[in-house]
Amino acid sequence: MLNTNLTRDPRRARLISLLGQYGVLAAFILLIIFGALRYTGFMSEYNFSTFLRYNAMFGLISLGMCFVIITGGIDLSVGSVVAMSSVVAALLSPYGVIVAVLGAVVAGALVGVINGLIITRLNIQPFIVTLATLLGARGVALLMARNQGGVGIDLNNTALTWLGQGDLLRLPVPGVILLIAFIAGGIALRYSPFGRHALAVGGGEDASKLMGLNVNRVLLGVYVLSGALAGLAGMILAAQLGAGQPTEGLGWELSAIAAVVVGGTLLTGGTGSVWSTLVGALLLGLIFNILNFENGKGIISLSPYWQSVIRGGFLLLVVVIQSRTGRSGKA
Amino acid sequence: MQDIQKSFAGVVALAHASMTVGAGEVHALIGQNGAGKSTMIKVLTGAYRRDGGTITFGGGPVEFTSPLAAQLGGIATIYQEVNLIALRSVAENIFLGREPRKWGLIQWPVMNAEATRLLKELGISLDVTQPLGTFSTAIQQMVALARAVSINARLVIMDEPTSSLNEREVDTLFGVIRGLKDRGVSVIFVSHRLDELYAVCDRITVMRDGRTVYAGNMADISRLQLVEQMLGREIKNEGAQTGFVKSGAGKAGEPLLKAEGIRLGQRLTGASVAVRQGEVVGLAGLLGSGRSELARVIFGADTPDAGEVTLDGKPAHFRTPAEAIRAGLGFCSEDRKAEGIIPELSVRENLTLALLPRLARAGVVDTARQSEIVDRFVAQLGIKTSNPDQPIRELSGGNQQKVLLARWLATDPRLLILDEPTRGIDVGAKAEIQRLIGELARDGLGVLMISSELEELIEGCHEVTVLHDGHSVARLSGDRITEPELLHAMAQGAEAQDIPAPQVRL
Amino acid sequence: MSGAASSVRPPRSGGGWQTFVSDLKQVRASILILLALLIFNALFTPYFLSVQTLNVNLTQVATIIIVAMGMTLVIATGGVDLSVGSLMAISGVLAPLIFLNAAFANAQWLGITLAFIVPVLVAGAFGVLNGLFVTRLKLQPIVATLVLYIAGRGIAQVITNGQLQSFSTPGFSYIGLGRPFGIPFQVILMLVIVALTYWVVRRTVFGRSVLAVGGNETAAGLSGIPVARVKVAVYAITGLLAGIAGLIVIAINSSSDANQVGQNMELDAIAAVAVGGTLLSGGRAQVLGTLFGALIIQLIRYTLLARGVPDAAALVVKAAIIIVAVALQQRRRRE
Repeated sequence: MLNTNLTRDPRRARLISLLGQYGVLAAFILLIIFGALRYTGFMSEYNFSTFLRYNAMFGLISLGMCFVIITGGIDLSVGSVVAMSSVVAALLSPYGVIVAVLGAVVAGALVGVINGLIITRLNIQPFIVTLATLLGARGVALLMARNQGGVGIDLNNTALTWLGQGDLLRLPVPGVILLIAFIAGGIALRYSPFGRHALAVGGGEDASKLMGLNVNRVLLGVYVLSGALAGLAGMILAAQLGAGQPTEGLGWELSAIAAVVVGGTLLTGGTGSVWSTLVGALLLGLIFNILNFENGKGIISLSPYWQSVIRGGFLLLVVVIQSRTGRSGKA
Repeated sequence: MQDIQKSFAGVVALAHASMTVGAGEVHALIGQNGAGKSTMIKVLTGAYRRDGGTITFGGGPVEFTSPLAAQLGGIATIYQEVNLIALRSVAENIFLGREPRKWGLIQWPVMNAEATRLLKELGISLDVTQPLGTFSTAIQQMVALARAVSINARLVIMDEPTSSLNEREVDTLFGVIRGLKDRGVSVIFVSHRLDELYAVCDRITVMRDGRTVYAGNMADISRLQLVEQMLGREIKNEGAQTGFVKSGAGKAGEPLLKAEGIRLGQRLTGASVAVRQGEVVGLAGLLGSGRSELARVIFGADTPDAGEVTLDGKPAHFRTPAEAIRAGLGFCSEDRKAEGIIPELSVRENLTLALLPRLARAGVVDTARQSEIVDRFVAQLGIKTSNPDQPIRELSGGNQQKVLLARWLATDPRLLILDEPTRGIDVGAKAEIQRLIGELARDGLGVLMISSELEELIEGCHEVTVLHDGHSVARLSGDRITEPELLHAMAQGAEAQDIPAPQVRL
Repeated sequence: MSGAASSVRPPRSGGGWQTFVSDLKQVRASILILLALLIFNALFTPYFLSVQTLNVNLTQVATIIIVAMGMTLVIATGGVDLSVGSLMAISGVLAPLIFLNAAFANAQWLGITLAFIVPVLVAGAFGVLNGLFVTRLKLQPIVATLVLYIAGRGIAQVITNGQLQSFSTPGFSYIGLGRPFGIPFQVILMLVIVALTYWVVRRTVFGRSVLAVGGNETAAGLSGIPVARVKVAVYAITGLLAGIAGLIVIAINSSSDANQVGQNMELDAIAAVAVGGTLLSGGRAQVLGTLFGALIIQLIRYTLLARGVPDAAALVVKAAIIIVAVALQQRRRRE
């Protein structure tokens, strides 16, 4: 069925799409300007670096989530996959950095393969499938960690810890990884058949099938991508903290979904932007950052617990604006 | 295609159906709903696997396992509801799955230029970077055609492509089809509009009950013969085509319901209609003329921008369907599946849905009364169901429609709005429902019936209001309800001066 | 086709009992699995057939089932509620604030009474908010309830500043620790709520409206069902039930921790609903199925733990059960 809700006035359509695309970016920039003016040390290299180091992981899983949501699906397993892959990276750290990184990514991708195969072969809704693998991956993480709180990284593997803690050209390495991933993701969504087909599948699965797309392969692809990126995030997590973290990543999947939604991607699929997702993910992190600085000023004392309240409120604000500008709702 | 057989869960859809289409030929495929046309097409394109028979294409036997395989083999299909992706650009829709690439990356400039060129060849110029959904259905169909051409299709199947086009758009489409023919591309053209078939087709295959009942040159068969083949019976005379029994003139008196000057955005621009007690009033018009929209406004499903609705002479602006139902209105919507049945629920629950508030004491359903009412209507309307607890999705279309009618009759309404009450159901059930509508009116019910079937309007209605572009253009009653009059009114404002010969729509 | 009445007369249903039996038949696969698990444990797990074991299992699963009842209704309308765990936390931190409040030092019964009522109502009010997000703002249920999933726990944490509240108030803890006739109180409460939900779905106009809205929203609206009101109601009910569950959890622990109460409850509840055979696409509500689904998940976990399998492995098995159960149901439906 064709979407007749789409406005037929191109000027208005363009305005709305501009607002959707750049509204979040504008909010992000305004918040940075606000922080820069108000707090000393906000624009410091240190703050910048810690901010990126921590939020790179959220950015990576949000990128994968963005592709999944574009196809009209959802991946709830990424938080657990981050935990599982961090343990894998730690366990493999004695065998060298390449093995550890590849192991983490492949482990994540494997969960993606399981997700994708069950969704396409058994025709079960992504929400249920990835809910199950959320539990399963967490179980595997705990099992591999032998129920320890953490699995230490082989300290001789400095290359691995560098990936989490080091700098490259004065940029934090996780930030560099994030940037590369997003550039690749942006190109993939715009220029690769895979990206375009993901958009097509989300825009109309039956139509895509009739036009000869291998829908199952596209779906499998996005879940593998999402799993692999979560694996990468898990590797960074282990490298950063010096240990695999089988109990970390709780609720990260929902933060990633929030980032994608804040970025203006519809959960119904068919549209989406990699860059808005990045801004969405960073914006949610920035709120926490600003809150820390505000507390540091000592004028008010907001407990860190306010951050989730504010994040929730912010999410609401964004989706309400989106629904008012006609971008959300039933597409 | 020879001796094609196909059954679904024991129900035979195709029994030894055959069709032969020559190269560079426009071939009409025609038959009633459920005759097996769609199944035939889906078997041909590999969407369904056939149970038996052979398919020969381009000289050799073929076995398409999927629409994709058929597409690669040179058979493209353009479906009833345009099966493209509204959110993606025109160019992408044309090239989806075959994007021009370099080093694995899509070359947008090449793709856009190529798409523009293709469309220009079909006589259309537009911005191919815009999302497809921003264009009209006609344009979207041209895009689908352009896609077919660009994949070098040797056979294009068009399933009711004209059902939502206006005349000028149809002309453009036919131009494109003749263009395809000149290139040696064959076209299978499925339509219910006989004029169109005669205008553009060379040969024809008629199907009935899953079989091929006629195949030959378009020029060799008259309209009447065609309809006879389709229906499988001789048409003795005009006037025996529906189950309606004329119940004399409508009762005189003050209108039960009156809607005047209803406006709703661009879709209704001053529509008026009035229904008296015991009267069947038809609402005619082309697709998009605002018939269903008017019905929805009256029923409180949409809020009009302007206009006056009165019931018994008192203003009746219902804000919700619930209010309208309380006032004694009922509304059987056109799309039975999307707006009528609750598929998972039983016949019993579906039948009493609108009655629920009245069936309850303190919010608890009185199941004894519910059963009693359900039994009564199942018997009265002859609803064929193994048991009232059967999910309604398992019933045939005709029986589903009867349940929906019963849903409203159970509320003991004063006015029933029926939107295409006999669409997509088999001939027998159709006649039954038509007879029932007549009887109901005789018992004093006011009926507002939207229909695209001229026979239904002519034989069943005491009065017909014709809508065009969202406003009422004619009000015919009694002997003035004739095919030419109706067609004339429906086509009003259209560019064509000459009113086409009577169409038979089935 | 003839106008005559269909010849096949259905067996006249003899009231509620036959409906109940036919509902049980619909979830017979779950019942069989549950029975198999029970028999297996009875044979191989030492001390399985004891009141103690029964009570342990039922107390553990009671809160999940209570919340899952609301979730069943929400999912039946085609929605989902991710915020239940956070709403539990809110209710869980509010209760001690009330009954430990100095204002009620001389009238503890009043404090306790209010502590039972107010937090549940507050959670219900947040449920209404979820419903309004879905109906008024037309947000997708996942997004709409994601807001309170994130913000709700934050609110609970802000209220207590993340502090643990310990208490020893037998009057209040009765809801989690009381044992009338030797049966844990929350199990009785759970059974009452299950029975009530079942009755509501089966016999009331509201129950039928929930199914109609989930089965075909447009058709339901055109048949005069107040779609928006029904939706708000199911989220409100889920909020109320989450509120009750929150009280039970803190009563069992004799302490309230905003970070912990209701953690992952949304997943457990949705899993129970899915295993119980309610389609996530809406239109059906297998209340009994949800009950058995939760019991199956619980019993499998117990079985594994009793056999020395670590809890982590039980998670993997739980994942497999969800997939297998849903896959089997879909296959059966397609046939």
